[in-house]
Amino acid sequence: MTATSLTSTQGAGRAGDKVFSTAALAAGCFILAVLFGVALFLVVQAIPALTAPAAEIQGGEGFFAYIWPIVIGTIIAAAIALVIATPIAIGVALFISHFAPRRLASGLGYVVDLLAAIPSVIYGAWGAAFLAKEISPAYNWLAANMGWLPIFQGPASATGKTILTAGIVLSVMVLPIITSLSREIFLQTPKLHEEAALALGATRWEMIKMSVFPFARPGIISAVMLGLGRALGETMAVALVLSSGALTASLIQSGNQTIAAEIALNFPEASGLKVSTLIAAGLVLFIITLAVNMIARWIISRHKEFSGAN
Amino acid sequence: MKALRIGRHAAIAVIAAGALALTSCGSDNATGTAPAGGQTSGTKVTGTLTGIGSSAQGAAMDAWKTEFAAANPGATVQYSPDGSGAGRKALLDGSAQFAGTDAYLKDDEYESSKEICGPDGAINIPVYISPIAVAFNLPGISELKLDAATVAKIFRGEIAKWNDPAIAALNEGVELPDLKVTPVNRSDDSGTTSNFTDYLAAAAPEVWTDKSSGVWPASLQGENAKGTSGVVKTVTDTPGAVTYADDSAVGGDLGVAQIKVGESFTTISAEAAAKAVDAGSPVEGRSANDLSIKLDRKTTAEGAYPIVLVSFHAVCSTYDSQETVDLVKAFESYVVSEEGQQAAADSAKSAPLSSELAEKATKAIESIKVKS
Repeated sequence: MTATSLTSTQGAGRAGDKVFSTAALAAGCFILAVLFGVALFLVVQAIPALTAPAAEIQGGEGFFAYIWPIVIGTIIAAAIALVIATPIAIGVALFISHFAPRRLASGLGYVVDLLAAIPSVIYGAWGAAFLAKEISPAYNWLAANMGWLPIFQGPASATGKTILTAGIVLSVMVLPIITSLSREIFLQTPKLHEEAALALGATRWEMIKMSVFPFARPGIISAVMLGLGRALGETMAVALVLSSGALTASLIQSGNQTIAAEIALNFPEASGLKVSTLIAAGLVLFIITLAVNMIARWIISRHKEFSGAN
Repeated sequence: MKALRIGRHAAIAVIAAGALALTSCGSDNATGTAPAGGQTSGTKVTGTLTGIGSSAQGAAMDAWKTEFAAANPGATVQYSPDGSGAGRKALLDGSAQFAGTDAYLKDDEYESSKEICGPDGAINIPVYISPIAVAFNLPGISELKLDAATVAKIFRGEIAKWNDPAIAALNEGVELPDLKVTPVNRSDDSGTTSNFTDYLAAAAPEVWTDKSSGVWPASLQGENAKGTSGVVKTVTDTPGAVTYADDSAVGGDLGVAQIKVGESFTTISAEAAAKAVDAGSPVEGRSANDLSIKLDRKTTAEGAYPIVLVSFHAVCSTYDSQETVDLVKAFESYVVSEEGQQAAADSAKSAPLSSELAEKATKAIESIKVKS
């Protein structure tokens, strides 16, 4: 990098800069335009359903009565998935980043990433054809022994195609997302922090508690939120696995429904107001996803100053 | 993640736009392709015919498309199984030349069809008859006798055990197990559900208090699964489960119910289904050639099986060009012909039209002409 080489490339560099910055700006604007277009499409198409008389909406009690049970169902399914997947994912990520021998770690990381590449319809088919059948005796046991808990109230579904099964399938699907991201974050923990903790006499677990987790907290949260996004929007697996129905507190009876599955199941034969209703349901899902993203951003920005990164 | 999501939406938008472009191309071809030499109906036809509609007809349509294209090398038929509603809409806005639909055009749809199809509007031609079986998984039992009220009670969850007196009374001599009844219905909006609930609402109105609908009544607690294959698989895996499904999809170890019609019980079969369709009555207020059939679910005709799905092709009574007329006539004539119906029966296990109905359909198809 001498002065001459700098001046000789400057002319071309300026033109290249201009082209590049214009291209980047166009790409940025394009994304915004697409987002705006999708939002506009959803709103415009949803208006007939939002303004139609209550009796004409499916169920006969208006859009709100139609949408809220499936909003709750969507949240229940996603919550089950996260409750199961988060601890396992963090455990796997920690094992890969801090415990496993190097050769095993890279192989394991590869296998986890492979899980993310399996199409959701495969998970759905597995859940519907195999898991549901195999897990239904466990539901009968839960109903008999833990039935006093409202979420395990019997009689258990005979087919095993319940929201809990759907949640378990979803948890397997979000596992690789949370694991890969957490692993990357854990690996970025400053070596000096870790070594300092160990030098002070901390055990390995204490070291992880003192240096890795505080540093990785915002990263873990964004990984979980990314998983949540997948769980909220997952369509095919839920549509295949869940035996849908009215909103029920029990997780081991058939019932509940998610927005994405509701749209997928009813859109092919829908016409007229029904299409608008389903698109309005899509709009609600869009808003929920947007809200989840914004909350995640907010949590991350709030935690940033406390993390070990600074 | 936001970017990912948007990407997905954008991709869908692009695909949708592409599909639209393709469909419009298709219709252009059909009306725009000049035939080689003076074509009259009866000889080989050329061009592209575009249809949109019911997915229930999908398997049969595949067979018809292939056979028709083989017999008429210059002609192709495109069919997109987007659903009955989408098909009827496409026919009415002119983006498809025919619609495959599980329900004949509604009165207001018939009225608005006059805009694009001329003063006689669109005509509905029955092309696909599929009996719907009530199938159950009871180890060791392959046949049960049921009447409409009992079927309705089973699917409403009002009968808890298979050895319930209501079932036992109809099945003397059959050893019914003390097994929980698990009704399984379709989770997706479907013509099968619509016809099944229509039967229950008509034949057992005192038990089945919901209206007929393609979506299973939400107030009913029950298991469900996606698609015909989904319900059949679920029932096969679950002892004590019972469902309704196209007869062609029911197999293996599942038992099939005989349904009480009049004073006797009818076993499901293609002939029994066709008989039930013949017992139906024409819909009033349509053009002379229309073959919309209002099924009589309460029929007492001996040997008729009333739980049946009839799917139609809705076509225009007049088209803009002679080529399209020739093409539609040639294709529809083939579909309702004996070999067309046999092709559907072979590939989709549907019930062929009775010769009487096929004759009427042929006559209706012959009446299609160029807009004057």
